[in-house]
Amino acid sequence: MIFAIFIPLLFALFVPLLSKLKERIHTGIFVLFIPLSIFLYFIRFIGKDFVPIKQTYQWIPSLGINLDFYLDGLSLLFILLISGIGTLVVAYSIYYLDRTERLGHFYVYLLMFMSAMLGVVSFDNIFAIYTFWELTSISSFLLIGYWHFKERSRYGAQKSMLITIFGGLSMFGGFILLSVIAGTTSIRELILHADIILNSNYLPLALILILLGAFTKSAQFPFHIWLPDAMEAPTPVSAYLHSATMVKAGIYLVARLSPIFSSYEWFFIIVSTFGIVTLCWGSYMAVRQTDLKAILAFSTISQLGMIMAMLGFGTKVAIFAAVFHILNHATFKGSLFMVAGVIDVQTGTRDIRKLGGLFTFLPITATLALFGTFSMAGIPLPFLNGFYSKEMFFDSTLQLTQSGNGIAQFMVQIIPYLAVIGSIFTFVYSMYFFFGVFGGKKHTMKLAKSPVEAPIGMLIPPMILVLGVIGIGLFPNAFNGTFLAHAAEAINPLSSAGHIKFWHGLNTPFIMSLIVVGVGFVLFKTKNVWKKIYDILPGRFSFNKVYDQIIKNIDIVSTKITNKYMNGSLGTYISLIIGAIVVVTGFVMIQTGGFTISFDNLAEITIIELTVAVLIVIAAIATIFSNSNLAALLITGVVGYGVSVLFLIYRAPDLALTQLVIETVSVVLFLLAFLHLPKMRKRSEKPPVKLKNIIISVGFGALMTLVGISAHSSNWFEPISDYFLDTALPIGGGKNVVNVILVDMRGLDTLFEITVLGIAALAVFTLIKLRKDKEEAD
Amino acid sequence: MTNDILILTENILDSVTILCLVGISISLILLVYRVLSGPTNADRAVALDAIGINLVAVAAFVSVILVTTKLNDAILLIAILSFLGTVAIAKYLEKGVIIDRDMD
Repeated sequence: MIFAIFIPLLFALFVPLLSKLKERIHTGIFVLFIPLSIFLYFIRFIGKDFVPIKQTYQWIPSLGINLDFYLDGLSLLFILLISGIGTLVVAYSIYYLDRTERLGHFYVYLLMFMSAMLGVVSFDNIFAIYTFWELTSISSFLLIGYWHFKERSRYGAQKSMLITIFGGLSMFGGFILLSVIAGTTSIRELILHADIILNSNYLPLALILILLGAFTKSAQFPFHIWLPDAMEAPTPVSAYLHSATMVKAGIYLVARLSPIFSSYEWFFIIVSTFGIVTLCWGSYMAVRQTDLKAILAFSTISQLGMIMAMLGFGTKVAIFAAVFHILNHATFKGSLFMVAGVIDVQTGTRDIRKLGGLFTFLPITATLALFGTFSMAGIPLPFLNGFYSKEMFFDSTLQLTQSGNGIAQFMVQIIPYLAVIGSIFTFVYSMYFFFGVFGGKKHTMKLAKSPVEAPIGMLIPPMILVLGVIGIGLFPNAFNGTFLAHAAEAINPLSSAGHIKFWHGLNTPFIMSLIVVGVGFVLFKTKNVWKKIYDILPGRFSFNKVYDQIIKNIDIVSTKITNKYMNGSLGTYISLIIGAIVVVTGFVMIQTGGFTISFDNLAEITIIELTVAVLIVIAAIATIFSNSNLAALLITGVVGYGVSVLFLIYRAPDLALTQLVIETVSVVLFLLAFLHLPKMRKRSEKPPVKLKNIIISVGFGALMTLVGISAHSSNWFEPISDYFLDTALPIGGGKNVVNVILVDMRGLDTLFEITVLGIAALAVFTLIKLRKDKEEAD
Repeated sequence: MTNDILILTENILDSVTILCLVGISISLILLVYRVLSGPTNADRAVALDAIGINLVAVAAFVSVILVTTKLNDAILLIAILSFLGTVAIAKYLEKGVIIDRDMD
């Protein structure tokens, strides 16, 4: 059973081979059997006596991440939607996509997406869900950018990627929190441990992070902006991903986790508020669009908001209505997208201003659109499923009784009104969509090609979906107990099969429906009059602008910051590095009380040491102020000789020897280099820079002095030097302890220092010999 | 009797060594003054050479004070190196280069 999820992914491996045959057989025909067989496999689980099925496959057991397949009513509903509509979309794409397109790519992405989506809805482990969740984002990105040569496609793909991945990562954070709080990664067990989660201090954070994932994926306000731009994808993709399946992943997630959170008051407040606002804003904005797919995109946003709101309500009626509407929306919106695709292909445009009066040219398409739009509008006719779910939505808004804090109380009061307003606009844009395209005068002159009816193969998939619309509309109860009730029970165990009937008397929901139709009709007829309101409410403001500004400013600000400190000046880098050392080390030393100054164990200071030290200090300071290369070098020579004298006094003849040789060699090397160096100039820096440099250098010197003194003052362990002194002769066979250490006791260090010297010599040789400009001169 | 003479010599030796060190120290200070202030680089180079010679003396007196022969190498090396360094500086001051490219 778990293999059903991976079959599309496995088959995707063979698609590139099959696409070689695309001149003879359209690749989509091979692909068609995959979702169809999954659909047929899972449809047999429908029935009154369905019990959840669980299968476990180990993936990363040490981290508690397993591929736990869990099939309950909710998963089954989604699996059937994904595979069923997937079949129809593949069938539609066979006619929609020409053979000159890169079919192999398209079907690989589509199958990838199918697997990902099946994985999201059927796994019980939150990390497995997250894995497939991101796979849906990635495959959606690939599908939106399918026509990658179009600027708008790339923009849309990037936008959807950024927004959904942002949400996905938040969700991942929420999942980690949940698994840490409850100590399990299985959703089943999380639900059992719901009380631990509800009592946790991190509950609000976990909830917000997870809802952020759900809201971005399901295009909830204000993260809805990616969905209209995703309409640059081929129409089968829009129909499949951006109406029926992927955008419902967030809905699925909220539904799946609502047994955990539903008793938490803020869950109701946040989810319902965002849902209702999305419903109103989406339907309001849809009326403004001129592109067919944009109307449908905003319509999808609004319908998703409605489902989300119902999940937020969490009552028996609301949950059942939500599940019912998930099914209904998938049917009519899928068909409407396909209709939009047909119109696009047959007329060459999707601009509603250029279209009109197509009823006589495309009668079948028009009929299909009629059912789709009227169902979407929720017109009270007994064969349209949209009406039932809308009715139940109104019913659920009226049945809200939320006790608790003031916000929840206020929302209970206001939600029915918002629901009616959102539905009125839904009615308006549905009518606008239908009559704008098919009604009114014909102006075929504006069209690129003269419209004729589409090939029948292209019309069959939307026909099947419309048949679904009517079928559910005519026999709602056939789906009820066998199928939807199980899904509703999975979300809320108290929920049972609601009895759906067309006429339940002249009750409030029906009156609300009548208001929607009445006011909607008036608004639709007077649209040109009140259209100006769009100049006021969204006006020049839009969330797209906010998004664009954020993207643009991130770029600008980060460039600015980088240019500020990465200015190419070594002086700046050094002062940053040294400054950081001073601040960090100083802070740590002060915080931990690391500075200790004690005057025990001090040796006597002799006159000669003092003299040499004073001379070195004078020479070192004079080096800074000397104004020619050679003078600086000669004065530094005093420091070098002084150090070697100190070595002599402190009885380190080997060090003194080496120091002398190195000092002399470096003098010679400097003299060699001086020939090629420019004359030393007085550094002219502005006083603030000079002051900064002085502060940093003095600070660093002072810090190192204090660290040195502290290190000497704190004597933690016995030195190991006695061991060397005792054993240099017996073990090392030498009287010179320094040399015995260098070549016997710690010979490895010496070996690598020799290597360093070797490399340095080679590097010098290479630098001198292999000069690019010299080669070019030759 | 002999012990007395030995102790006396030791005392004299110690005093003389310290005295000499003080003298050399003064000489060093004056030489460093010359290095720092020297109007030309040639003055500095000569002063640095003289410092090298003084260092030979310092090393020698230190080895007397420490009663050790381990510093003899250092004494020789200082002499050689200060000579080499001075030659290099002198050649640089004279010709601007230290190692001539063409030998003709």
